Amino acid sequence: MSALVSRATRASYVAGLLALVLAAVLVSAPWWTGIATERLIGEFMIYLALATLWNLLAGYAGLVSVGQQAYVGFGAYVLISLASLAGWSPLWAVPVAGLGAAAIAAPVARLVFRLQGAYFAIGTWVIAEVFRLVCAQIAVLGGGSGTSLTPAAMKLVAASRPAREAAIYWLALALGLGAVAVAYALLRSRIGLALTAIRDSEIASDSLGIRIDRVKFAVYVLVAGITGMVGALVELQKVRMSPDAAFSVNDWTAFVIFIVVIGGIGTIEGPILGALIYFALREYLAELGSLYLMILGALAILVMLTAPQGLWGFVQRRFGLSLFPTGYRVRGL
Amino acid sequence: MTWINAIVQGVLVGGLYALFAAGLSLIFGVMRLVNVGHGDLIVAASYLAWSIVHATGLHPLLSLIIVAPVAAVFGYTLQLGILNHTLGKGILPPLLVTFGLSVIIQNGLLQIFTADTRKLDAGALETGSFALLPGVDIGYLPLLMFATAVVVIGALQFLFYSTGLGREFRAVSDDREVAELMGVDERRVYAAAMALSLAVVAVAGVFLAIRSNFDPFMGPGRLIFGFEAVIIGGLGNLWGTLAGGVILGVAQGVGAEIDPGWQVLAGHIAFLLVLAVRPRGLFPRIS
Repeated sequence: MSALVSRATRASYVAGLLALVLAAVLVSAPWWTGIATERLIGEFMIYLALATLWNLLAGYAGLVSVGQQAYVGFGAYVLISLASLAGWSPLWAVPVAGLGAAAIAAPVARLVFRLQGAYFAIGTWVIAEVFRLVCAQIAVLGGGSGTSLTPAAMKLVAASRPAREAAIYWLALALGLGAVAVAYALLRSRIGLALTAIRDSEIASDSLGIRIDRVKFAVYVLVAGITGMVGALVELQKVRMSPDAAFSVNDWTAFVIFIVVIGGIGTIEGPILGALIYFALREYLAELGSLYLMILGALAILVMLTAPQGLWGFVQRRFGLSLFPTGYRVRGL
Repeated sequence: MTWINAIVQGVLVGGLYALFAAGLSLIFGVMRLVNVGHGDLIVAASYLAWSIVHATGLHPLLSLIIVAPVAAVFGYTLQLGILNHTLGKGILPPLLVTFGLSVIIQNGLLQIFTADTRKLDAGALETGSFALLPGVDIGYLPLLMFATAVVVIGALQFLFYSTGLGREFRAVSDDREVAELMGVDERRVYAAAMALSLAVVAVAGVFLAIRSNFDPFMGPGRLIFGFEAVIIGGLGNLWGTLAGGVILGVAQGVGAEIDPGWQVLAGHIAFLLVLAVRPRGLFPRIS
């Protein structure tokens, strides 16, 4: 009996096609929609990127970080320093923020990797606090109360307001969709195979010769780099920035964790679904303020206790559906 | 003399940090659970004490007669009802569930008590002091906090190594399955450990509320101080945790003396230095 081994499924072909169409529609958005919609989609892209990146860390590499706001804030501060102090175009500062975040993540990783499991989580939080407190000491950037991007710096993005909004929107789109594409490509590569093995069992993958520490280090640095670029984008979107907002654990980590947990940790589709749910809930419940956060927290606890694979995990088990196939399927002919 | 004063005050504040840390250290030792909501539970205890003091006019320290048992019962039910279901399935479930709990407590406190800062007034205890050296005054409150930390940690140490419950704690910590075979009901032992942890949280919360202003978002900061004290002292060593709290307090005191903006940062840097040089802490007991 012969068998056919394939990665793709009919669902994944359809999903791939739909994703291309959707991407084309999103790219053209500035021509057919207004600034408000652009901003909403831009913000969605930020959370899509952060959730996808955190999922790579926690869902695959076993690195449960609650300190990713360190790199968001770092990226924001790199951008504002280069743009407002050195007179760079903010758009050029974005890749530099990414490289800088990756460069600083390497020594940080060497330090926090000494902590195991849950202590690693709080260790990353301490690092984020150190970044925040150091940035609050920088007097030229407003110290503890922060500062704004100068109008001159904003003009360097584009002269007219609609063109500027469109440029920032496309950057958000590139980072949001780019993060998903990077995660997908990574998980289909050799490192992805190692990551999936680490996700399923660290002890077993160790005994198979996977260099767990190296893989984890590489993923941590890569994720920090892209997170730094997202942070630079956040600065461009918000214009005004204070250390407390740039390094906010709620905005850049708590929400992100809830998105991934509710959507489904350890899958590519989970964070996408989670981000959609988060934004839908927010549209209806945001007026509730702190009550909304309590609902989100309770929902995440409920999912973790009753369906730890999240909503997408449920869909996957129930229907065998996989839109971004990273494994292989064997079918008899 | 200002430097000696900074160090002495730092040592005394270290007692409070050890109180933040003791409950955290206890449950990690027994069930390898890191409670991310620990700091928020401390702040919740502060609010409970504040409410009781305002309703009854009790002295803040006496409010512990109510706060400690309430916290312990809450801890017991929390462990039986929720946290026990997260154990044994890897590191994610307990971490994420207690993280969710942290967000719920913070925003719940915000809903009930608003974002206004509050403080408990302990009268003469707060203002009284005696001169240890010229220029070095010891306040009664910091001294009481430090003495309480020593007593609490001594009591926990006694409980761990000299009582039947302590034997059960150590048994489930060493080998959960064998302990179960010996007839230990691990779920109840874990619940007892969490109850004990929250009783210590209550003590920490009342002192926090007397010492300084507090608001609903102070929890994560207290969690981090407690965590740093645990790691500096070495995992699983309760007296080490006290030493860790003292080192953290001194680092912060000296940092504040250099520049007020450096107070918390200096503590974090001391923690990172210990992590870089002695990753298992200064006095580790368990691997």
